[in-house]
Amino acid sequence: MKRPHIPTWLERQRYLLDFTLSSLGRRKGKNLALASLYTLVVFGLSSVLMYTQALRGEALRVLEGAPDLVVQRMVAGRHDLIPADRVERLSRIRGVQEARGRLWGYYFDASAKANLTFLVPEKFWGKPGEVVIGEGVSRTRLAAPGDPFPVLASDGTVVVLKVRETIPSVSELVSTDLVLLSEPDFRRLFGVPQELFTDIALTVPNEKEVPTVANKIRAQIPDSRPITRAEIARTYEAILDWRSGLVVLVLAAALLSFGIVAWDKASGLSADERREIGILKAIGWDTSEVLAVKAWEGAVISLSAFLVGLLLAYVHVFVTPAPLLAPVLKGWSTLYPSFRLTPTLDPFLVSTLFLLTVVPYTVATVVPAWRAATTDPDAVMRS
Amino acid sequence: MIRLQDVRRVFHQGRPDELVAVDGVNLRIEDAKVTVLRGPSGSGKTSLLALVGCMARPSSGRIHVGEREVTSLPEHFLTEVRRRTFGFVFQQFHLVRGLTALENVMLPAYPLGGSRKELVLRAQALLDRFGVGGRSRARADWLSGGEAQRVAIARALVNDPQVIVADEPTAHLDSKLSAGFMDLVAALRSEGRTVVIASHDPIVHESAIVDRVVAMRDGRIVSGTP
Repeated sequence: MKRPHIPTWLERQRYLLDFTLSSLGRRKGKNLALASLYTLVVFGLSSVLMYTQALRGEALRVLEGAPDLVVQRMVAGRHDLIPADRVERLSRIRGVQEARGRLWGYYFDASAKANLTFLVPEKFWGKPGEVVIGEGVSRTRLAAPGDPFPVLASDGTVVVLKVRETIPSVSELVSTDLVLLSEPDFRRLFGVPQELFTDIALTVPNEKEVPTVANKIRAQIPDSRPITRAEIARTYEAILDWRSGLVVLVLAAALLSFGIVAWDKASGLSADERREIGILKAIGWDTSEVLAVKAWEGAVISLSAFLVGLLLAYVHVFVTPAPLLAPVLKGWSTLYPSFRLTPTLDPFLVSTLFLLTVVPYTVATVVPAWRAATTDPDAVMRS
Repeated sequence: MIRLQDVRRVFHQGRPDELVAVDGVNLRIEDAKVTVLRGPSGSGKTSLLALVGCMARPSSGRIHVGEREVTSLPEHFLTEVRRRTFGFVFQQFHLVRGLTALENVMLPAYPLGGSRKELVLRAQALLDRFGVGGRSRARADWLSGGEAQRVAIARALVNDPQVIVADEPTAHLDSKLSAGFMDLVAALRSEGRTVVIASHDPIVHESAIVDRVVAMRDGRIVSGTP
């Protein structure tokens, strides 16, 4: 006697997946509409999350090079230039290894409609009269090494500097809007007298001592404001979280309406689908096989929408300059010359998105099918 | 041999609209014979057919398929018995719309796995045998009544079952196609298959190839027992 063929799990799943794909094809209109809507939601949600995460990454990268403590002078609650003699005074505080006066400021470039950051580096490698510019500045001003770089000084005169080179960087956010120049040029352009600095950067080798040093500074120089690196990091985080929270809130409404549509479409079996389940049961399919087909159906729709949505979001955030999100999430920094974010894809973020979208949808398709599939197979004979 | 012992099937049991569809039926269905359940509409033939084909469980009583008692089997095992032992032809044919004739025939074999190539050949051979091989790529909703029925019979045979169960198979066919169906039944019988048909069509129960007619009324067998 011929022994019955015992199907392997894989063989069975292949047939079931085959049937699923043909089922999806038979209800093309409905499934395509659903998948497009789904893709749109995944795209929106992942764009926001990817974008804020990438911005946060950039910000942290900026902070890596930041000093342990920055001391500013406050006048009437506003940041003011700090006297140079305080460099010496601050360096004498116990725990401080080095104090260095810094010169930096913003310059609104009317021709490029962008805010540039002018900075005197610790050791400028160019000559007076030269500038080293970030890639974004180079792009917006169409300035290459050797080109003139005219700047409107604070006294109304135009000072023409010369581009020495551009600085490439792993993080464009760090350097894109940067113009590095010598101390005499900076003082001349912005009219900053010799005895003043923008702020003072302190090196405190022992991280645990930073808050103590900050307290000492507040006590000894009452009109000063010490800012620790941790505080800057917290501010960045808070701003980004708040902004992304705002957008996610708006998206939540979209997500909710999608949820309702998806639930309705996925959970409400049409008469045709119910009939089909009845036929499958009647011709010898098990409840578990009918459910497997429905689960495959949900998984195929949600997984493909998820992957396409994620891919579109990746392109939107990292390839194009995120035109849909940048104005909201970057805030004032939209005045920066355009910059590209460093592409990153966090596995935690991907799995969170997966759990929030694919799993609920698949469950929503299986539950009503389960209700239809657990009826007696002879129901079809009585219909 | 399929044996039914004091089998009852009650719908909505204990409720005001309770309906006894099959009421204490004892029946033996012999192998390689054609048995017809005859009776007016509502006599319980379709319900009895569903019980014979392991599509439903009796409210009480026992059913044996061969030596195996199937009434107490869990669903998964009952499904296994159903798909390996029985092939079904329904009154409305119940082909899946949008699938081709060939895909419809292959459908009962999907859960059984096996080589796809072999399955396609087997399904095509069955369609050829019933004279609809040329329509294998046609969608089920494009088939005529006669073609749909032949496809449905091919589908019932794809897993090579021992027993064919058919519910009012000629209800939507004209006399010529009905007679043609009985010729197919004769062919199945000559292969040694058991055929059980529920029908009130005289072309079926008066056919010379039928071995036994069981008359039913009000859920009971009124002639043709055991």
